[in-house]
Amino acid sequence: MSVFRSTIPDVAAQEPLIQLLATDGTRSPHEELDAVLAGSGGDDDLQTPERLRGYYRDMVMIRAADLEATSLQRQGQLGLWASALGQEAAQIGAGHASREQDYLVPTYREHGIAWARGIEPWRLLESYRGVSHGGWDPNELRTHPYMIVLGSQAPHAVGYAMGLQRDGVVGTGDRETDTAVLALFGDGASSEGEVSESFTFSASFEAPVVFFTQNNQWAISVPTSVQSRVPLAQRSRGWGIPSVRVDGNDVLAVLAAVRDALDAARAGEGPRFIEAVTYRMAAHTTSDDASRYRPAVEEQEWAEKDPILRLRRHLEQLGEIDEAFVARCDEEAQDLAMQLHHHIHGMEDPDPVGMFTHAYAEPHPIVEAERAQYLEYIAQFEDDESTEQKGGRA
Amino acid sequence: MSSSTLPIAKAITAGLRDAMRVDDKVLLMGEDIGVLGGVFRVTDGLHAEFGSQRVVDTPLAEAGIVGTSVGLAVRGYRPVVEIQFDGFVFPAFNQITTQVAKMHNRTHGAVHMPIVIRIPHGGGIGAIEHHSESPEALFAHTAGLRILAPSNAQDAYWMTRQAIECEDPVIMFEPKKRYWVKGDVDPDHRPELSPWEAAVVRPGTDATLLAWGPSMPLALESAEAAAADGIELEVIDARSLSPVDLPTIAASVKRTGRLLIVHEAPVVGGLGGEIAARISEECFYHLEAPVLRVGGYHLPYPPARMEHAYLPDLDRVLDGVDRLLEH
Ligand SMILES: Cc1ncc(C[n+]2csc(CCOP(=O)(O)OP(=O)(O)O)c2C)c(N)n1
Repeated sequence: MSVFRSTIPDVAAQEPLIQLLATDGTRSPHEELDAVLAGSGGDDDLQTPERLRGYYRDMVMIRAADLEATSLQRQGQLGLWASALGQEAAQIGAGHASREQDYLVPTYREHGIAWARGIEPWRLLESYRGVSHGGWDPNELRTHPYMIVLGSQAPHAVGYAMGLQRDGVVGTGDRETDTAVLALFGDGASSEGEVSESFTFSASFEAPVVFFTQNNQWAISVPTSVQSRVPLAQRSRGWGIPSVRVDGNDVLAVLAAVRDALDAARAGEGPRFIEAVTYRMAAHTTSDDASRYRPAVEEQEWAEKDPILRLRRHLEQLGEIDEAFVARCDEEAQDLAMQLHHHIHGMEDPDPVGMFTHAYAEPHPIVEAERAQYLEYIAQFEDDESTEQKGGRA
Repeated sequence: MSSSTLPIAKAITAGLRDAMRVDDKVLLMGEDIGVLGGVFRVTDGLHAEFGSQRVVDTPLAEAGIVGTSVGLAVRGYRPVVEIQFDGFVFPAFNQITTQVAKMHNRTHGAVHMPIVIRIPHGGGIGAIEHHSESPEALFAHTAGLRILAPSNAQDAYWMTRQAIECEDPVIMFEPKKRYWVKGDVDPDHRPELSPWEAAVVRPGTDATLLAWGPSMPLALESAEAAAADGIELEVIDARSLSPVDLPTIAASVKRTGRLLIVHEAPVVGGLGGEIAARISEECFYHLEAPVLRVGGYHLPYPPARMEHAYLPDLDRVLDGVDRLLEH
């Protein structure tokens, strides 16, 4: 007998998956999370029929925007697109679980989070088109820029949370002002050192941060099993960070778990970690070929777990959805797609001189000199053009 | 394999394959390099041939990838690491600069670090943020590392082989926008030119144009264009960025009296500055003009739709040539 106690594989097999909505839409009860959804402690009821229809509409909207973005990429209007197809419930659920004042820290695939935050989809498309590296004010929208270097945003989330502690907006009991941070990253990104360091910092300082991983099964071509031998939900426990594993295609389970975690963080109980088990239905990006590494049967299996379909079935069971509503959502979604299409097709390339504007906040002599040099260089061609028009080069 | 025409990416694949066949201590590590064959398909087919002990799909963690290669190297292996894009080498920067570069020195030579770090390099491919960087100067500044930058298929094949054979750590910057440009590769005949030497790829008399990797086609195109105006540029492919082959460059500058350095990286603090300073020292009495540089601005690499303005292009290089010749 060894003194070492393994967490593999017995504990792993026992890691429960919280699900409130079955694939066929049937709702199962859950003591703690039902209380959260019902608005325990004076919050709003998060599962009124109206709200449920709202989540449905949101998911339909972002899926349409997503599909349109993919087609815009095919038309050469975007350099690249990272689709969130299949992850709508995880993102809409997490997005709506946050409160107005919370700060959200997304990566490059969090289109549903952005939508839930009121960020217009074309603002997301700008970076994929190559006209901007982001461009929104994180403080105004309380949403961090999209991050490309995997894992690097996790410590930012913890730092922001540490700032909240210093500002005295954690654990005061005032639900209008108590604030938390929701940090998002993928199952692959969770292997980066910075994510582990973020666990350390958040646990040491009891920072009000909720880590939310969408385990969509693949990091480009690499399955989650290469990143972790135990369910991801168990990872943070070594840091003393409580965690849970939820069905990421179940908008209610995600909503409830994230709300619960954010409530705890806001109340000053420290960090939480959530693994949402979901699936990336499209390829990694428009330049990836998923058929090289992923069996088609797996894609079909997951198609049956479609998050949108699932909520619709649930609403049908409740008798709270009709054809007219569904049609209206689809129409609105088509409108959104059209808007996106026109917006992008009409988008002018930025004047390159703009690239000299934001490298520094204060005047910088080298950048100023290079800007002048650039303008002078450009002017040369304008002169050439006018001389040419007058007939020949000078 | 006998002489053939291959794209640069496939020349590197061939180099990796041949190195793995002759030395079973060579192993590949990186993200998506196995079944997928790498996002640029450079390791395509190698997983099928050598299996997952030698072509390792790693967890997604660059510090881990490079850090574990240090241990493997101590244990006698020759790891070849793929960094997926230039902008993602930074999580591993600590391992590369504080560990890989210094282990040999720290152990008084007892331990070698025959690690190769392959990095797709440069811009001009319309990519999103962090996919178009030119960080060569950051590594060239670190003693203990060697850096190669092939610009054609033959160099891509042989530099891969020679980097793997080298007992020092080698960073190989691969010109990603030229991965699919074909060239002749002769794997049977080891080139006479050492990988650490620069190559005069076009003789000329009026000025020397020095470039490397992704900038080489631009340098050659510029020389063509200048020739049409009666200006004969000598074009040098630096090939090795650490060490830089100063004798070859200096010999050329002594003939032409002028030097223009072209690279994609920002001019401020770039490798061109180091070369300019060395050449000014070495060739002071031969220079007819100050050494000039054309490169990126002191800015974060811009969004794709502005990169044409950021990257050196034909006009900017010719403008540089004009300024050189004004003196
Ligand atoms: C530091 C770093 N290394 C590599 C990459 C390239 N890359 C982009 S996305 C990706 C896979 C990410 O997988 P995961 O974290 O599971 O998120 P998902 O894409 O599945 O949403 C990789 C390897 C990167 N962006 N950053």
